[in-house]
Amino acid sequence: MNQAAVREGWEVVIGLEIHAQLATRSKIFSGSSTAFGAAPNTQANLVDLGYPGTLPVLNREAVRMAVKFGLATGATIAARSIFARKNYFYPDLPKGYQISQYERPVVEDGSLEILLEDGGKKTIGITRAHLEEDAGKSLHEGLANASGIDLNRAGTPLLEIVSEPDLRSAKEAIAYLKKVHTLVRYLEICDGNMQEGSFRCDANVSVRRVGKTEFGTRCEIKNVNSFRFVEKAINYEVERQIDVLEGGGSIVQETRLYDSAKDETRSMRSKEEANDYRYFPDPDLLPLVIEPALIEEVRATLPELPDEKAARFALHYGLSPYDAGVLTSSRELADFYEAVVRDSGGGAPGAKLAANWVMGDFAAFVNRDGLEVGAARVSAPALAGLLRRIQDQTISGKIAKEVFERMWTDAAEADAVIQAKGLKQITDTGAIEAAIEAVMAANPKQLAEYRSGKDKLFGFFVGQAMKATQGKANPAQLNDLLKKKLGGP
Amino acid sequence: MSLHARSVAELAAGLKAKEFSAVELARHCLARIAAANPGLNAFLTVTAERALADAARADGARAAGTAGPLTGVPIAHKDIFCTDGIRTSCGSRMLENFVAPYDATVVTRLAAAGTVLLGKTNMDEFAMGSSNETSFYGPVRNPWDSAKVPGGSSGGSAAAVAARLVPAATGTDTGGSIRQPAALVGISGIKPTYGRVSRYGMIAFASSLDQAGVLAASAEDCALLLGAMAGFDPNDSTSVDAPVPDYVAELNAPLKGVRVGVLKEFFAQGLEGATGALVEASIAQLRELGAEIVEVSCPNLPLSVPTYYVVAPAECSSNLSRFDGVRFGHRCREPRDLMDLYKRSRGEGFGAEVKRRIMTGTYVLSAGYYDAYYLKAQKMRSLITADFKSAFAKVDLLAGPTSPTPAFGIGAKVDDPITMYLNDIYTIGANLAGLPAMSVPCGFVGGLPVGLQLIGPHFGESRLLAAAHAYQRETDFHRRVPAAYA
Amino acid sequence: MSLTRRDVEGIAHLARLEITEGELPVYVDSLSKILSFVEQLNAAQTGSVEPMAHPLAGEVQRLRTDAVTETDRHEKYQANAPLVAGALYVVPKVIE
Repeated sequence: MNQAAVREGWEVVIGLEIHAQLATRSKIFSGSSTAFGAAPNTQANLVDLGYPGTLPVLNREAVRMAVKFGLATGATIAARSIFARKNYFYPDLPKGYQISQYERPVVEDGSLEILLEDGGKKTIGITRAHLEEDAGKSLHEGLANASGIDLNRAGTPLLEIVSEPDLRSAKEAIAYLKKVHTLVRYLEICDGNMQEGSFRCDANVSVRRVGKTEFGTRCEIKNVNSFRFVEKAINYEVERQIDVLEGGGSIVQETRLYDSAKDETRSMRSKEEANDYRYFPDPDLLPLVIEPALIEEVRATLPELPDEKAARFALHYGLSPYDAGVLTSSRELADFYEAVVRDSGGGAPGAKLAANWVMGDFAAFVNRDGLEVGAARVSAPALAGLLRRIQDQTISGKIAKEVFERMWTDAAEADAVIQAKGLKQITDTGAIEAAIEAVMAANPKQLAEYRSGKDKLFGFFVGQAMKATQGKANPAQLNDLLKKKLGGP
Repeated sequence: MSLHARSVAELAAGLKAKEFSAVELARHCLARIAAANPGLNAFLTVTAERALADAARADGARAAGTAGPLTGVPIAHKDIFCTDGIRTSCGSRMLENFVAPYDATVVTRLAAAGTVLLGKTNMDEFAMGSSNETSFYGPVRNPWDSAKVPGGSSGGSAAAVAARLVPAATGTDTGGSIRQPAALVGISGIKPTYGRVSRYGMIAFASSLDQAGVLAASAEDCALLLGAMAGFDPNDSTSVDAPVPDYVAELNAPLKGVRVGVLKEFFAQGLEGATGALVEASIAQLRELGAEIVEVSCPNLPLSVPTYYVVAPAECSSNLSRFDGVRFGHRCREPRDLMDLYKRSRGEGFGAEVKRRIMTGTYVLSAGYYDAYYLKAQKMRSLITADFKSAFAKVDLLAGPTSPTPAFGIGAKVDDPITMYLNDIYTIGANLAGLPAMSVPCGFVGGLPVGLQLIGPHFGESRLLAAAHAYQRETDFHRRVPAAYA
Repeated sequence: MSLTRRDVEGIAHLARLEITEGELPVYVDSLSKILSFVEQLNAAQTGSVEPMAHPLAGEVQRLRTDAVTETDRHEKYQANAPLVAGALYVVPKVIE
């Protein structure tokens, strides 16, 4: 069970609302660019600014992307859906309303399966996914008692993905969040960049006594921008709510912000009053009709989905479900892995070796340098080359790590590094024996102690012998020979 | 005949025959505007420089042989249409200094047709009104009697055409705002089918009801202008992609055999006696011209005014939220905080009627009331539309009064909103159902004009214009000009 | 429907309209009249009729090609702005 952090007698209920910015070139209702990072208000046209007389026209690609998501989650694609106005006043909302979908969203009743920590699986329902426009941004730096509004982001298409309140712990919530994150990137409908705000998560959290069937009052934690913070925010909020209830109080339904510096959630002052959004169908837009032909056209563009790919990897490459899951967490990584396997000769041991290296050293360097897989300084063929040298015993696995680091830094091939640094593995029995004999001679005390029963010192001799051979002795051979020689004359 | 007594068609012929130049014509109109506008208050902005430049360009096209049917014809735009580089106020303090950074599609198309822009006309604030008394810039006066209203909300355009300051002007009609002023000042006006003319650049009041149209001296003139304005616009999702007929070519379709329905509900209480009599006489005239008169009924029509006064305010309450003092429009001085910025900018920028409608709309959309008011009204709208559809299964056109009375006194109806709203009792139905409708002059009561309303089925503008044209070939009410402006 | 002062204050707040003390009774009166007028609808039988949001029955939303068609014209667009600093629209501080 993933309930480790939850207090005795309490159950947590979590639902997530994810806002994924769709990777269209232009905005959902206007022809302005959606490119990130432009100078303020240089990508906000008259429609985005809500100028009087302007009107929205719907972007086809945003619709296709929503359909794609619906198909990938086994959801129902509405043949006919309606855009509605959500009315409220805020400076980053130029029209004083957001065009969204309310009663009839484009996608409904989907689901995703998540892998739990104990290896089990759980299906999380997706109530709905709908199209809407993003708001602009308020900036506060450098303005005394004022805020500056940048509307470049206003009108960027969003897909709001709402889960059923099926999640029962922060860990489950993160697993689901990561699953959706992986999926939207696989589908190439969203770049998933949480720092840039293209993938945002709001968590609805409530608690109830174990055994109760009604939901407790929930609080919404808004706009947490990393997986880690989502987990921490949920955990904090759960504790807070339980504290309140155990203290005899009641939960106020409200919106809260997570403060990552203090690791706490607090009430959002400006949204305290319940908003009456006065939803009504937007009269400037006609019903969105999605023909079966469009659905089939989009279906044909679906890539192999993460679950399918992970299942295939597990079967084909003999990987554990966990490893398969890690390797398929992004299409780029999965493609990279398959290229490495292919180039290093295929075969089961090779596949496992490749898995360890891709998930291990390769991933570590990619993350350290903050790179995308595609920009990695060691390519798939290059890594395959290194793995071939491990498999053919030219170098040991340990040496290979040194080689890899050099390959990364110098953007060099494995053979070149091995050659230049003379890192070839020593497999000559005579040479290894000579090194062992030298070590034994140099350490008579330890030798005596080992021979009188201190087995632990074996490791000491391994270390010394490796050092004497600059780490190049074939470990298996070294082990065997050392055992023989240490064992007795 | 003086230049200003001529219709658009006649002016176009004169320009073509080079009897006079576009520049001469423009100067003539500008001089008349300068003299008459202080009394009428029909124009909010006169674009003299632009007019003369447009006219010079028109004369150039004429010389080069590239002139079209409307080249050189002077027009005015209701100040609800955005005109690039020209102040666009919508009759409101909120947009007192607002210079539109783009042209409405209607503006672009009429400019491309070679028309000459004389200026922007006065209107009820944000198109909300039936008398042009809610304008921040003062009321417009009826050219037939300066103590009377010209109708609204396109009162400025109507008065300008009636006084022959300009031969044609654009207007908008959400609940009757082209037809009712046309009737009250004795000119012709057409509201096309919803979706026939682009709403892009037309400052929105009630999005599912608003339509741009024409006010001019005759049906023929309306046909000329509508032909240039109408048609699909990719910038307006509610604009219909259907071919535009040649309205002028189809004007001469005879009335013989055309079935004209008379709505029972339009001749019930509320219709002033003498006005009703004139309308009945004009329907008799249609019969003389060969039309078959049939009595029809749209039983849900009596609820059209309450239906409208739920739907229109609801939509406008949302449409007007963009006026918040942030990116354009009126901003209050030294706002203490965000809430103060919004409340005072909007409180100061909007007049009372606009505020009333925003609040009505906010109320009917609010939690707990949506079903009872808004949803209910939209259901009633479906019923009213179905009623019209049934009627049009039996007849080709409907005829009836445009307004229950002739023009009333300035200030006479401002105290009670309901009394004012009931001016639209005959016009609102066509907006709710999205149908095309016209008003043409059909006589005078106590020296004040009365209008005959014609309503057609969706995209039935040709038939509408042809029927009006047939009527105008036999009558001369549309040629009458108030003595002061002859 | 008779509205109270409190009702009208609430609506004015939702609509972000400042109504002065003096104006309030006038609006209470006129809004109450308007709502009473439109309440004629309550008696009407609308049964299972579909609400109509559009006069164009049968027309559906057109879809636009996903292409960038706009260029930066912020100077022109900001010519009407009441207060701009560094191309940002300036408002009193937004408190989150």
